[in-house]
Amino acid sequence: MKNNYYDPQDLKKFGSISDWQPELGDKFFAYYNSVFAEGELSAREKSLIALAVSHVVQCPYCIDAYTKDGLQKGIEKEEMMEAIHVGAAIKSGAALVHGVQMMNRHDQLSM
Amino acid sequence: MKNKKSLLSRGNRLAAPKAQLALLNDGPFADGRLPTFTEKLDQYNCGPLRPKLLEILQINLGYMCNQVCAHCHVDAGPDRKEIMTRSTLEDCLSVMRQHTIVTVDLTGGAPEMHPDFRWFVTQIRATTAVKEIIVRSNLTILLANKKFHDLPDFFVKNKVHVISSLPFYKKNKTDRQRGDGVFQQSMEALQLLNNKGYGRPDSPLLLDLVYNPSGAFLPGDQQALETDFKRALKTDFGIDFHHLFTITNLPISRFLEYLLASENYEEYMQTLVEAFNPLAAKNVMCTNTLSVSWDGHLYDCDFNQMLQLKISSSVDHIHNFELGKVQDRSIVLGQHCYGCTAGAGSSCQGSIA
Ligand code: SF4
Ligand code: SF4
Repeated sequence: MKNNYYDPQDLKKFGSISDWQPELGDKFFAYYNSVFAEGELSAREKSLIALAVSHVVQCPYCIDAYTKDGLQKGIEKEEMMEAIHVGAAIKSGAALVHGVQMMNRHDQLSM
Repeated sequence: MKNKKSLLSRGNRLAAPKAQLALLNDGPFADGRLPTFTEKLDQYNCGPLRPKLLEILQINLGYMCNQVCAHCHVDAGPDRKEIMTRSTLEDCLSVMRQHTIVTVDLTGGAPEMHPDFRWFVTQIRATTAVKEIIVRSNLTILLANKKFHDLPDFFVKNKVHVISSLPFYKKNKTDRQRGDGVFQQSMEALQLLNNKGYGRPDSPLLLDLVYNPSGAFLPGDQQALETDFKRALKTDFGIDFHHLFTITNLPISRFLEYLLASENYEEYMQTLVEAFNPLAAKNVMCTNTLSVSWDGHLYDCDFNQMLQLKISSSVDHIHNFELGKVQDRSIVLGQHCYGCTAGAGSSCQGSIA
């Protein structure tokens, strides 16, 4: 075992997850490719969504992949950063909105 | 990276083709981490590559240019003095008269800077059966100096097909790659060409753009980028053009310098190798194009010209041109060829697969 959990080279081996479970792996990759094809949303829009979500789930592989994908699609760095803020806003909002739960519980338990 | 001079005038070791080739053959290709281009072709039963029908004669009129773009595979610039002589231009004309050449593709440097440029184009039109004359124009040259101001009208008169590079439809990326002010001037030049009828929908005056990535990544989908470019240029500047060609940066000359300086070289080569597309390998441009250098030598393509890899034939100069001998050859390949076969492939006419 190497002394780091993440290796950039592992991203290139993503496909190998099918080796140990081909049926599910193949289904996943077919699904994945369909999701990112041009549809009602453009491949460009999907790439920005993917970049934002990559940050929310904090996946270094996805951040690497969708930064490169964005560059290839002509997405500008300002657009990328705005997309990340959308993800960050939802993530912080999701944390903060639970404040209401805290307030409810607080008031219920307090005299 | 803002170098205002060519590798050659900076005395950079990469100015020497031999140094570039040594580097390209070393590292991951020498220690077996990556397969060489010929090994890859063999894997897919695509090699060796041989020419098909010769259709395009790409003539490099010289390495002088008014720009010094960071990615330039020619290492062109104002300080480059190599230029085609009148007698070599005559040799090119006589090949066009004796053989069926469909397209002549004039490149450089900035081909318009050649003092015989107008004479040569007029001669091709008047004395040969060449159907299409392409000029690879960097756009800014059209505004650079009064002596070039007649060029749009000259292009119209000679039905020249204009292909222009534009790295992006916004200022920042364009200027970073091509130099400050280039974007604004390019927009003005495109508007000028549009006003002459170039690039308008249904106009026979063809105006195409070339996009190449501003960095160590591959170009995206050609069709999608064309749609984005068309929308942006029309909305922001009222500009029309016909097609967008996406071109992959090949790891040679100043782009190689950039890859090394930014420590992207190995990753970029790996990206190219992994994106190898056998379909693109069958259609690489050297199969229907021949490149002539400013000094009259023959090459499989403009990239091989810059690496000084002459065609593998007993005839390797335009002066002694013999179609049969020239066509009966294997194409000279190297690791840089991976740039032509990655993803949707890349050629002077854009993607090929
Ligand atoms: S305009 Fe073309 S030839 Fe001139 S420096 Fe730029 S890339 Fe090179
Ligand atoms: S670099 Fe030149 S020789 Fe190599 S594949 Fe491309 S066009 Fe052919």
